[in-house]
Amino acid sequence: MQAQKPMLATLEQPSTAARKFDTVCDILERHARHPARLIPILQAVQEEYRYLPEEVLTYIATALGVTPARVFGVATFYAHFALVPKGKHVIRLCDGTACHVKRSIPILDALRERLQVTEKRATTPDMLFTVETVACLGACGLAPVMVVDDEVHGLITPEKAIAIVDDIAAQEAALCQPA
Amino acid sequence: MSTCVETTAPLSGHSALRTQRRVIVCAGTGCAAGGALKVLEAFRALNADVSLSDDACPHRPVTKSGCQGFCQMGPLVSILPEEIFYTKVTPADVAEIAERTLANGETVDRLLYRDPTTKITCRGTDEIPFYNRQTRFVLKDCGYLDPENLDEYLSIGGYDAAKMAYTKMQPADICAEILKSGLRGRGGGGFPTGRKWEAARSQNSAKKYVICNGDEGDPGAFMDRSVMEGDPHSVVEGLMIAARAIGADKAYVYVRAEYPLAVKRMRMAVRDAEASGILGDNVFGSGQRIRCEVMEGAGAFVCGEETAMIASIDGLRGMPAPKPPFPAQSGLRGKPTIINNVETLAQVPRILLKGADAYRSIGTATSPGTKTFALTGHVVNTGLIEVPFGTPLREIVFNIGGGVVDDKGKISKKGFKAVQIGGPSGGCLTPAHLDLPLDFDSLKTVGAMVGSGGLVVMNHRTCMVSVARFFMQFTQRESCGKCVLCREGTMQLLALLDDVIEGRGTAETLQLLEKLGRAVQLGSLCGLGKTAPNPVLSTLRYFREEYEDHVFNKRCATGQCKALLRPEINQEKCKGCGVCIPSCAVGAITGEKKKPHHINPDLCIKCGACAQACKLNAVEGI
Repeated sequence: MQAQKPMLATLEQPSTAARKFDTVCDILERHARHPARLIPILQAVQEEYRYLPEEVLTYIATALGVTPARVFGVATFYAHFALVPKGKHVIRLCDGTACHVKRSIPILDALRERLQVTEKRATTPDMLFTVETVACLGACGLAPVMVVDDEVHGLITPEKAIAIVDDIAAQEAALCQPA
Repeated sequence: MSTCVETTAPLSGHSALRTQRRVIVCAGTGCAAGGALKVLEAFRALNADVSLSDDACPHRPVTKSGCQGFCQMGPLVSILPEEIFYTKVTPADVAEIAERTLANGETVDRLLYRDPTTKITCRGTDEIPFYNRQTRFVLKDCGYLDPENLDEYLSIGGYDAAKMAYTKMQPADICAEILKSGLRGRGGGGFPTGRKWEAARSQNSAKKYVICNGDEGDPGAFMDRSVMEGDPHSVVEGLMIAARAIGADKAYVYVRAEYPLAVKRMRMAVRDAEASGILGDNVFGSGQRIRCEVMEGAGAFVCGEETAMIASIDGLRGMPAPKPPFPAQSGLRGKPTIINNVETLAQVPRILLKGADAYRSIGTATSPGTKTFALTGHVVNTGLIEVPFGTPLREIVFNIGGGVVDDKGKISKKGFKAVQIGGPSGGCLTPAHLDLPLDFDSLKTVGAMVGSGGLVVMNHRTCMVSVARFFMQFTQRESCGKCVLCREGTMQLLALLDDVIEGRGTAETLQLLEKLGRAVQLGSLCGLGKTAPNPVLSTLRYFREEYEDHVFNKRCATGQCKALLRPEINQEKCKGCGVCIPSCAVGAITGEKKKPHHINPDLCIKCGACAQACKLNAVEGI
């Protein structure tokens, strides 16, 4: 357990890492360090880090008094847990049945082509975008559906999808410009 | 307002809701995606604007509702008590609605729904076939009720059934009443709910649990989402009654993480019910205790399976366990546990209030009541519908759904090819089944199942092999890996389907698909594996000639299987303009000016660029 703090510190700036580490402790306390609460704990931790760093998982295992294998087992079983960092903007394209029969795959292809990502390497090198598919968002009436961060876009076409991505990319570029 | 009498129209929210003077903006996931929240804000801003006199713009209360079902036409706005129903409303329309409708009682015709078949403009939902041909029982108040307002739910008799269950009925009576009603689980299996409850009730244990299964993972299904978003208190009430019936004091609501709004609304409903003392240590003064917790899933389809969900609630990998023991005997933490689907629970309060006999008067003898379906795919009206069991497919697809559309969204009279029902566990229904009354048992006889209720309509441009592959890919990814036949079998089934789609299939491939499919059904522990081969077996049964076309003729008639495409230039249509030559990235097109061109099939990569470039539609087969 003592070995964990220096490892965390190498992960990010020391002050941020320490602050986030405190949050992990808060989360564990909030759930009374109960192993049955593992999934909500991991959800809360992922909210904080946007993914589940390996060091934090080991720490959670120790804190809950369970084996790291069990924590890793749960973290790898559920689709929502990410073990690698995701981009700043997560684009989730629905590939549920309704979206699929309304041709969601050409949209996915167009997005991957535009951002130069693949199924295995889903995040752009500049860490701005992650493109992933999701089973069904339950907005089948608006198929095909794409969710960017938390905003749902319905009746998407490849052109509309690219336009949305271009918009975000332009906003990001404007942010990077010195004032 | 007193003139507005409760009618027997199928779509009638509780009369107290319908006669209130107000504006309802649908704030379900679908409408919210279309900008409904901005419309809501615009109406509220209007109310807040004191410079407007009451004559110019009568201030009218604005509330939001859960999913009204007609997602495709959203954002939806209802004006009550006039019952004017506006579709595709934008914030820019709000001022006009205020001036013309709210102040002067006129309708804004361009926002009314116009039936694309009859060309009739409909003033209210009672005139729209999509609504007036439904029988709304579970969804009765969805779309009228403000889901975030407990008082409103109470004002229409909310929690009366729970009060009756806790103060006037014995657990055995509740189980008997539910058994008598013939209510069957809406999650897919169709197991009699009353029998499940009775099994848990008769267990001698100080601790018991009830779980509401809101892990609606079937792609193409959103009935449970709509109920949780639109009428969350009815689910809480059903859960309370279930707890009373078996003697449980702890309830869980397990909602999948892809439904953030449903999670929020369920949490709010539980919190409000706790704050008002409905949920707590002394329910309705009966001395009974019931606590409820909402848990968010983490993205695993298999957790919809009872035993996997129990594992997941306990913080484990969501892997199913063998049955027996059934959860009703030994479930969560080894205690008797019942798990009911959202829609099943939402029926319970209504059954107790109306009585089992009244409930049995709807639906068929073996499948009483109504079923909600998510009607999607190539159909004019997509959305959430509710019909009695026994309704023929034709009524759903052609009358409520308004008919089948082609790829461009135009109504196509002969376009109906199939309906996929029951998601990855279900099967396909063909034009031959259009008059089949849909219920639990009739669907089993044709190799399909009600499942949770996803109905995906497919037109003639849909390749059934690709559809089977789509579902197989889904179950292959979602297999938890515990049973070898499910883990490896689904992967091999997927590979065999890829062989068919990519032109490597032989007669043996088809035999192997059937043989392996049956093996996976037999050798898997849980519902996921047992039903995973259904989409393949069902399409093989009804669309065998399409598989054979892929295998023997190396042809996909719908043009969806890219590897089997054989683009050719129609020699009569081609005028030799040459526009296609530079469009081809691999230089596969040759031909002299003003003479028909040719595609070299050895070079062609089937990208379709030439077909797009050609103005004469001379490129065929792609």
